[in-house]
Amino acid sequence: MTLLVEKRQLVLPGDILSEGDFNPGENTYRENGKLYASITGLANVAGRNIYVVALKGFYMPIVGDLVIGKVVDLRLSGWIVDINAPYTAVLSTGEAFDRSFNSRRDEMSDYADVGDLLVAKVVAFDRTRDPQLTIKEPGLGKVQQGRLVRIMPTKIPRVIGRKGSMINLLTRETNTRITVGQNGLILVSGGTLEMEALAIKILHMIEREAHTLGLTDRVEELLKKEKGSSVEQEEK
Amino acid sequence: MSKKKSEKLINDQGLRVDGRKLDQLRPIKIEVGTLEKADGSAYIEWGKNKIMAAVYGPREVHPRHLALADRTLFRCRYHMAPFSTEERKNPAPSRREIELSKVIREAIEPSVFTELFPRTGIDVFIEVLQSDGGTRCAGITVASIALADAGIPLRDLVVACAAGKIDDQVVLDLNDIEDQKGQADLPVAISPRTGEVTLLQMDGNMSSEEYEKALYLAIEGCRQVHTMQRDTLKKKYAREHEVAVEAAGGEVESSESENQHENEGEATNE
Repeated sequence: MTLLVEKRQLVLPGDILSEGDFNPGENTYRENGKLYASITGLANVAGRNIYVVALKGFYMPIVGDLVIGKVVDLRLSGWIVDINAPYTAVLSTGEAFDRSFNSRRDEMSDYADVGDLLVAKVVAFDRTRDPQLTIKEPGLGKVQQGRLVRIMPTKIPRVIGRKGSMINLLTRETNTRITVGQNGLILVSGGTLEMEALAIKILHMIEREAHTLGLTDRVEELLKKEKGSSVEQEEK
Repeated sequence: MSKKKSEKLINDQGLRVDGRKLDQLRPIKIEVGTLEKADGSAYIEWGKNKIMAAVYGPREVHPRHLALADRTLFRCRYHMAPFSTEERKNPAPSRREIELSKVIREAIEPSVFTELFPRTGIDVFIEVLQSDGGTRCAGITVASIALADAGIPLRDLVVACAAGKIDDQVVLDLNDIEDQKGQADLPVAISPRTGEVTLLQMDGNMSSEEYEKALYLAIEGCRQVHTMQRDTLKKKYAREHEVAVEAAGGEVESSESENQHENEGEATNE
């Protein structure tokens, strides 16, 4: 068995990664005992697993993901929600009302109408049927206020950071509430206008520099600098 | 289509009408990510051909009933802009464009992991802005780059190139005049990793020896274009992800095109 790529090497679809006894991870495929990349990205090796971190991609729903979506239609089955994925999600009517839903008594649009944003969790998805959402958990439900940021879904792990280090740093320093949807939509709310703007600026910076090393340190630095300058302005 | 030999296509020095050698490609320039609103896009200038490709998806299929239960619906539209030819072309899709859409789709689809996204659709649009022969090959080449740019899982980058016969000689990459006045045209698309042929057409007459020579010449041309395809994609992602390549350090062979990025100062504490 031979490994044919270096760690963090840029690979293109069809590039060979290894020969012999390796396990195909994310964005790779096996053919005649060899592993190849199926996407443009950075190759990585963890033990016997080889995977490719995508540089560009779209969101595929996974059960348990927190997502932010937009209501696009109301049907008898429930709200049809665009979650920025190849499939539209469904939030069933029973989710929003405490009692069982009765179309004669209850008006769906009282809870959420077309165009409203929802923070929800994916509860079921297997590609043969559209993803099902739930809002029956604290912190989920209709978005009342805040600002929405859209970044590439492949960069979301970087926004969160290792064990949430990045997002914790950001919320702490800017004193805002940041809801990160796995589908690439992020809601920033609850802070002053300047701090929300700063948080958004940094989120975009993280997206741009997601693949670089030592990003958390640089974000910390920038936060200090920006906050310092805003204090100076206030003093003037 | 009758292909008459009327004027000389190869001069006494053995050069063709545009000054190329028999086995020489036209100059090729490729750009990636040219359209902001598309999920993936690319643009190619292949000689005087100018072609744009846009990829959308995987996304919901409209009309809904076309969706397939076991795989992505892969759709392809090859279209020539009204101003892309000498005489104005009617913008309505012609018989030829519909046929080309089909053969291009069939050339590219084997490289796409369609089974990963059942019930969705991927749409590829190939728009010819200026044409000078060999647009189907350039179209396949550029669409494949746009698919990679969209982040769609692919088995390989499909690449195409034509060979043909003019003045009784087998030559590479025919332009419009050579295609019109030459004796035969042989467009070939391959999947370079395996060498599988995904498109093979022929127009005109060749002996079986000439055919074989032309086929291998076209495949050789494909390999050259494939290198350009790879360089373009690598360069684009290396530029956007400069530090990523740099973080890989000198590990990336210095023969690669990325070593122009000198960005040493990055911390490596991850």
